[in-house]
Amino acid sequence: MNFKDNKAIYLQIADRIGDQILSGALVPEGKVPSVRELAAEIEVNANTVARTYDHLQQNGVIYTKRGLGYFVSPEAKEKIVASRREQLMQGEMDYFLGQLKAVGITPAELQDLYSEYLNK
Amino acid sequence: MLTINNISFSYNKRYGDLFHDFSLELNAGNVYGLLGKNGAGKSTLIYLMTGLLTPKSGEALLDGVNVRKRLPKTMSDIFLVPEEFELPRLSLKQYVDLNAPFYPNFSKEDMQRYLDIFEMGGDMNVNLNALSMGQKKKVFMAFAFAANTRVLIMDEPTNGLDIPSKSQFRKLVTTGMTDDKMMLISTHQVRDISDILDHVTIIDQSRVLLNASIADVMSKVAFRPLREGDEPLFVLQSPYGPLGAVPAEEGEETKVDLEMLFNATLQNPAAINQLFTTSK
Repeated sequence: MNFKDNKAIYLQIADRIGDQILSGALVPEGKVPSVRELAAEIEVNANTVARTYDHLQQNGVIYTKRGLGYFVSPEAKEKIVASRREQLMQGEMDYFLGQLKAVGITPAELQDLYSEYLNK
Repeated sequence: MLTINNISFSYNKRYGDLFHDFSLELNAGNVYGLLGKNGAGKSTLIYLMTGLLTPKSGEALLDGVNVRKRLPKTMSDIFLVPEEFELPRLSLKQYVDLNAPFYPNFSKEDMQRYLDIFEMGGDMNVNLNALSMGQKKKVFMAFAFAANTRVLIMDEPTNGLDIPSKSQFRKLVTTGMTDDKMMLISTHQVRDISDILDHVTIIDQSRVLLNASIADVMSKVAFRPLREGDEPLFVLQSPYGPLGAVPAEEGEETKVDLEMLFNATLQNPAAINQLFTTSK
């Protein structure tokens, strides 16, 4: 069971939409599928998708136009990056650092590895 | 919408009541999962709520009308897909022409759409008797959804379906569901349906052990690898180490694991009951 597997479904869907915004599949000011459309597409309960949209709206990633549905916020990308950074620092980083410690990787080694990765 | 009031029922006096003073309220806009062990009374409950069995006392009401009266208005609002059924020796087209008039909201376009989802859309002249059990089930379910009744009840709908059609079934539910409908799925195949439910109802020996929305479950029970100091409601050994259903900490949200929830509820009904009746 990894971090993704037992994450609440509504947050998994939020990640999926976040990925689509980061990859450009959904563009700023572009329309987001309706709750029912997305629910049918990914075979998930519509109220769960509605909860995802509430969550994304609260985080400023999408917004509603009355009667027209949901749209991607102009500043969506920045918001997603910021919230992912926070998530990473809160949960996954802790796990990752624990693993590094367990196998004895030193800060210097880590720095080298990360520099190498960035240069790839 | 559908209200079960203090129903008692037994098939045979010698064995006592299968249901005793049983009550349950089902509301429009929800997809319910009805879970229970073999012999817990799931199918009987379904027959009681669709007016196919008469309770010894108590009543099942659809919008205040006793379903046991089997009034035309009630019958055109309810569709039941039983676990096993026979279809007549007719073509699919004949079957639809004969049965659709009983359902005022039946839609031919929807029927085609649902047949297409099940990849059964080719031939309306196909003889129903020539179909395999799984194919019969798909055709019958396409009709059930196309009938657009306000109440749709399905007993083990994914039994006998092949692997791709389990996903197709979920698409049927998420496509066909609207705010004015209520769907109830009774099943043991919890993995097939866990993402499409709004609400989970677990019964055992005529008691409702748990009746909660998935959102409620998520805020009260966490499903994750066990940590030191956890007081799990249920433990499952896995290749990754012990997983458990534990009372959720403030703000802790994990994916609801219906299988673990079910086992936790049967193993530890008092703790579950306390968790869900006391407000946080």
